[in-house]
Amino acid sequence: MNDSIDVMVNGEPRTVARGATLLELLRALELDPRAVVVEHNRAIVRRPKLGDVTVAAGDAIELVHFVGGG
Amino acid sequence: MVGTGKYRDNETMARAIEASGAEVVTVAVRRVDLDRSKETGILHHLDPNRYVLLANTAGCFTADDAVRYARLAREAGFNEFVKLEVIGDQETLLPDVQGLLDAARTLVKDGFKVLAYTNEDLVTALRLEDAGCAAVMPLASPIGSGLGLLNPYGVRTIKHRLTVPVVVDAGVGTASDACVTMEQGVDGILMNTALAAARDPVGMAHAMRLAVEAGRTAYLAGRMPKREVAVPSSPLEGMLD
Repeated sequence: MNDSIDVMVNGEPRTVARGATLLELLRALELDPRAVVVEHNRAIVRRPKLGDVTVAAGDAIELVHFVGGG
Repeated sequence: MVGTGKYRDNETMARAIEASGAEVVTVAVRRVDLDRSKETGILHHLDPNRYVLLANTAGCFTADDAVRYARLAREAGFNEFVKLEVIGDQETLLPDVQGLLDAARTLVKDGFKVLAYTNEDLVTALRLEDAGCAAVMPLASPIGSGLGLLNPYGVRTIKHRLTVPVVVDAGVGTASDACVTMEQGVDGILMNTALAAARDPVGMAHAMRLAVEAGRTAYLAGRMPKREVAVPSSPLEGMLD
């Protein structure tokens, strides 16, 4: 059994460890969980829950933050 | 209110916002740049204790997308306010009125305080107020166009008929535009490109602050009626034979 799975992060294919949580994904990407909002298969996952949600193969994950805009 | 887009650097942006005297500052929601080729996050340049941060749904072309962005923004942000944009046309960025009303109803039901970017159509503005929007934001002219206030009558009528605050959003290009807009009696203006694309954004922000104050003060003072004929300002009596 392969130790990694393929997911989509911000529209791009990424490989993550099987069984990784969203929090671990953020750490692997060197992102501060306080600085991003995580959407997992179209559902927002609140910060305290990031360590509870496990990523599955084929999941779509969006990581967003505020940028300049009018 | 001022936006934070399109500035050449964040330091200029911060100084321009300060010079503008704005109380509300808008931001957009976008994907994090995962390869770190550029730092796009903006929050550490804006003091949330000093400014009310207002997230927008810019770039959304459907009600569903706008609702999705608004929810992400609420999660990322500090408040229930959202500047709702549902765009209907790529070239003019004019609003999709049907999508706007649908999204506004959904977001109000979801507890958002919705500030709705719309055109200068009175009936749409009335419907947005009926939908529970906290403020209605008619355009002066298309976003980023700098064409100034194209329909003063439309904006004035919306202000006259609505109870919620009316804030003109988009199209103001220079200080005279801001002044004329405020003279219609509206409660405020949201501008971004007029500052960001000025040769000297900080100087323009200062000019805008004065213009908004001048326009508002002139509105409150009540302008003289326009006449098609001249009326002399000096006495007719006492002229020499």
